[in-house]
Amino acid sequence: MAVNFLYPDYEVARNYDRCISCRACERQCANKVHEYIEDLNKMVCDDAKCVDCHRCVSLCPTRALKIIESGNTYKKNLNWTGKTINELYRQASSGGVLLSSMGNPEDYPVYFDKILINASQVTNPSIDPLREPMETKVFLGTKPEDIERDEKGRIINNLPPQISLSMPVMFSAMSYGSISYNAHESLARAAEKLGILYNTGEGGLHEDFYRYGKNTIVQVASGRFGVHPEYLNSGVAIEIKMGQGAKPGIGGHLPGAKISVDVSRTRMIPEGSDAISPAPHHDIYSIEDLRQLVFSLKEATDYKKPVIVKIAAVHNVAAIASGIARSGADIIAIDGFRGGTGAAPTRMRDHVGIPIELALAGVDKRLRDEGIRGNVSLVVGGSIRSSADIVKAVALGADCVYIATAALLALGCHLCRSCQGGKCNWGIATQVPELVKRLNPEIGYKRLVNLMTAWQHEIKEMMGGMGINSIESLRGNRLMLRGVGLNEKELEILGIKHAGE
Amino acid sequence: MKRVYVNEKWCLGCHLCEYQCAFAGTNGKDMARSLKNIKINPKIKIEEKDGVSFAVSCRHCHEPLCVKGCITGAFSVSGGVITIDHNRCVSCYTCILSCPYGAISPSDDGAVQKCELCVKTIKGTPACVEGCPNGAIVFEERG
Repeated sequence: MAVNFLYPDYEVARNYDRCISCRACERQCANKVHEYIEDLNKMVCDDAKCVDCHRCVSLCPTRALKIIESGNTYKKNLNWTGKTINELYRQASSGGVLLSSMGNPEDYPVYFDKILINASQVTNPSIDPLREPMETKVFLGTKPEDIERDEKGRIINNLPPQISLSMPVMFSAMSYGSISYNAHESLARAAEKLGILYNTGEGGLHEDFYRYGKNTIVQVASGRFGVHPEYLNSGVAIEIKMGQGAKPGIGGHLPGAKISVDVSRTRMIPEGSDAISPAPHHDIYSIEDLRQLVFSLKEATDYKKPVIVKIAAVHNVAAIASGIARSGADIIAIDGFRGGTGAAPTRMRDHVGIPIELALAGVDKRLRDEGIRGNVSLVVGGSIRSSADIVKAVALGADCVYIATAALLALGCHLCRSCQGGKCNWGIATQVPELVKRLNPEIGYKRLVNLMTAWQHEIKEMMGGMGINSIESLRGNRLMLRGVGLNEKELEILGIKHAGE
Repeated sequence: MKRVYVNEKWCLGCHLCEYQCAFAGTNGKDMARSLKNIKINPKIKIEEKDGVSFAVSCRHCHEPLCVKGCITGAFSVSGGVITIDHNRCVSCYTCILSCPYGAISPSDDGAVQKCELCVKTIKGTPACVEGCPNGAIVFEERG
């Protein structure tokens, strides 16, 4: 037998004084960590299989379980860390590319955490959102440059199609295939209840979900899975996915094991075949090519739906966004390097792309400098973790944010980052029927509605504190932000002053 | 009248309802202390086969055969809830034989036991309903 170089990362710590051997942990673990030993009336576990998803911890009725780091250490080395060594061992044994999922977990600066929000004192009144009207509604789409009038002086409605949202948040693209039917249903129902939108992702739209069309963005990605005229016309907007924050520059690969009968029908590909999205769109090699696709989609939908172009935040994102703003697109979505994924090569996820805060500030400034900010609305994603992040993003210039990881957390995700294994114990990133049923959309959608309602309250509180009663007045209002612990260059890019200035 | 209903679509077969039921019967405060080293004998039981599972407990029938068949009058119906008086039960098991749902079972104290919708114990939403992690067991009024 080959030597196993890897010691388990986690240990299941079971308090045997509290364990009643009910076997819930054993029944709920798709990784088969727990096992009941009948003659001992005792539960035992194989720590090596544990992915730290906390399903057993959450379901243990006596709180007898917790997961701890195993604490096995190599000789201390700040260059060759334990993680680096383990990854190397893994590759030396498999010869393969390391795969990961969800967002970049590495220690890069989180600029949102280095930005502080202003509040009114004495000279300008703050507003109590519980007593005064407070508007969080936003409209996304190209805004007309001029007011046009007919010969009698009446205003001509020259407003291009807009998306209306009750608050500046949408659920970002997660395909049916990468996440489960029940996760999609939870998102769709929550979006409908909240008056916001969810996004089909690149996997097409399951026939059951066409009825949520008024709250749906349909996505067209490089694989063109499940794209047909009815699909394009079923939502209120169409998103062209050029890139994804978690893996800029590469496509996607949904393993055949996840292409169930339903997924296969929705994606219009054979059952069990791998769904491979090419890295580029093979018909887009320039802004002019992009413009052709934008207008093809508009033509297919009678110019009634705004078109979103989603890109990953990369080094020259501002110039790219400038091109997109001239391509006929109505909305640009930018996905930061911390954005999540159902599977990505670890090195891509952890080392490619730039922080969304810097990308957003750069794009907003560039578009304003060029006088084309009104051509497009800006939607940003890539680790929006709280209502404070939303307020900061809007003040930096975003019209709206995309959330996905936060939404999945509301549905039960514990960020174990093992989506690529397809055995999600929370019924989210899996197509295994007995796992999918663990996510009851009746419970899931309510948790999403709760989260968004709570965030909306908090957004209103923070806006009120600044003396602002409409989210539109906060957009691009960078005077409401101050940096802490940022250098001159960072402040310059973010376009904000340092705290104390 | 509110009854316990189950939906096998959402039942995960985790058996937690059985443990919540057993715990409710102990009137204890801490499940770990109440159920440690005990083989539980719950009044709700999970039936499972071929990937399908669901919980079975007393349906509180409109025309309860158990009440009709009881030779000692140990069963009584109050507000639709069928309860059993352990002191009057002689363990003849007529009720067990007559229940079409298999929802009555011998208890550990000699008499028979069945779901009494927690009216004698926690006096609120039944423990199995509260403890179901996936909303597969509900307590509601249906026609």
